[in-house]
Amino acid sequence: MEFIDAFIRSAPIFGQGLLITLALTGLTIVFSVILGLIILGLKVSRFTPLNWFANTYLAIVRGMPLIALLFVIYFGIVNIIRVDAFTAATIGLSIHTSAYMAEIFRSGLSSVPKGQTEAARSLGMSRVQTLRKVISPQALRVVVPALANQAILSLKDSSVAAFITVEELFLTAQRLSAASFQPLTFYTIVSIYYLAVVGIMTLIAQRVERYYGKRG
Amino acid sequence: MTTPRVRITQAVKSFGPTMVLDSIDFSVQPGEVSVLVGPSGAGKSTLLRCINGLERLNSGTVEIDGEVLEYKEKALNQMREHVGMVFQQFNLFPHLTALENVALAPQMVSGLESTAARERGVTILERVGLGDKIDSYPSALSGGQQQRVAIARALAMEPKLMLFDEPTSALDPELVGEVLQVMRQLADEGMTMVIVTHEMRFARQVADTVTLLADGGIAEAGPPAEVLDNPQTERAQAFLHQINEH
Repeated sequence: MEFIDAFIRSAPIFGQGLLITLALTGLTIVFSVILGLIILGLKVSRFTPLNWFANTYLAIVRGMPLIALLFVIYFGIVNIIRVDAFTAATIGLSIHTSAYMAEIFRSGLSSVPKGQTEAARSLGMSRVQTLRKVISPQALRVVVPALANQAILSLKDSSVAAFITVEELFLTAQRLSAASFQPLTFYTIVSIYYLAVVGIMTLIAQRVERYYGKRG
Repeated sequence: MTTPRVRITQAVKSFGPTMVLDSIDFSVQPGEVSVLVGPSGAGKSTLLRCINGLERLNSGTVEIDGEVLEYKEKALNQMREHVGMVFQQFNLFPHLTALENVALAPQMVSGLESTAARERGVTILERVGLGDKIDSYPSALSGGQQQRVAIARALAMEPKLMLFDEPTSALDPELVGEVLQVMRQLADEGMTMVIVTHEMRFARQVADTVTLLADGGIAEAGPPAEVLDNPQTERAQAFLHQINEH
């Protein structure tokens, strides 16, 4: 069959694209979690200018299409310092995703009943100890499904990096379809790669959820 | 006269326009078991929560062993180390086992080694009759057992004062006894306790002092026999009359 033949022959090229997609997604998740937590910290801080900064950041990032954000960063930063497309894409995707991460963590924190804080504080635990030992573990459990969902979105969002010339999965498909005049074949193949990775991520997420479900 | 364990002077507390505590004076001597009763909305829980600073007074003072309570993070934490609190909804930490619930604060706050904290936890859980449940998560325990873990958790800090906020109100009737039993045992051991409760029989048996709150003020206070059996004020009579009808 022609399709299977094309799939097998393109596998080495797509393999390289897949590695870049995975690297981009992995870095995006790590940085967006860190950035999201920082933004959340600023948002709930008792120092008002920091709240203001966080809210402005969230409004801008959430209001901007991802592709516009990537273009602004890629073509904007290039004027200041030399960065390659991959770095620009990592920065853009991390900023974009951080807004959603902040929101996910916020909802996690507010899902923990007030009585938990009161119980911890009335034992003499400090604000930080309460957050670390009592609130965060419970909040984390609640946000696992949303985090998994966001991770999957990040994988798919990473395809936008193709438009600033990152040689990831989607750009690979574009190149192959242009060269072979078989767009249907190669866009179908690239979708299979995305589907497979999403499938694996979903399995991992289910494992994590089950692990947390068992305890308490 | 000895310094009272708790002394509240001219306490005023309002939530928005609602006046909850209106110039209340209240004190508890070391070793005393003080029970707060009264209709719902009378301010019993608020008064209790003001003692350990979970609620802040608008004006007036709270003194613990003669030390005026300051609403600063560090001062509050230091005071709370020595003041245990038990809540109506237990508020156990659901992600920790019974033993971890009990051992957490001694480790985090008192700086106990984890083995020492565990040992203390096991001893205290045995004391409340839960020696066989140390590795259970709260969700696997009955309400009565959860509340006993919550009491153990507070006791693990070796408090000099225990506050109980309607500790049996969320329990099925058949589980109330086991919690009251533990509290009675604590009272017998000389623990200073302030208890908000609707269990009149328990109040009568265990309390040294009963304080009847109504409409943000103290309607009547004294030994249980006087307040509960021979109330002088009209408000107290009305409240007790209502309760006895049930």
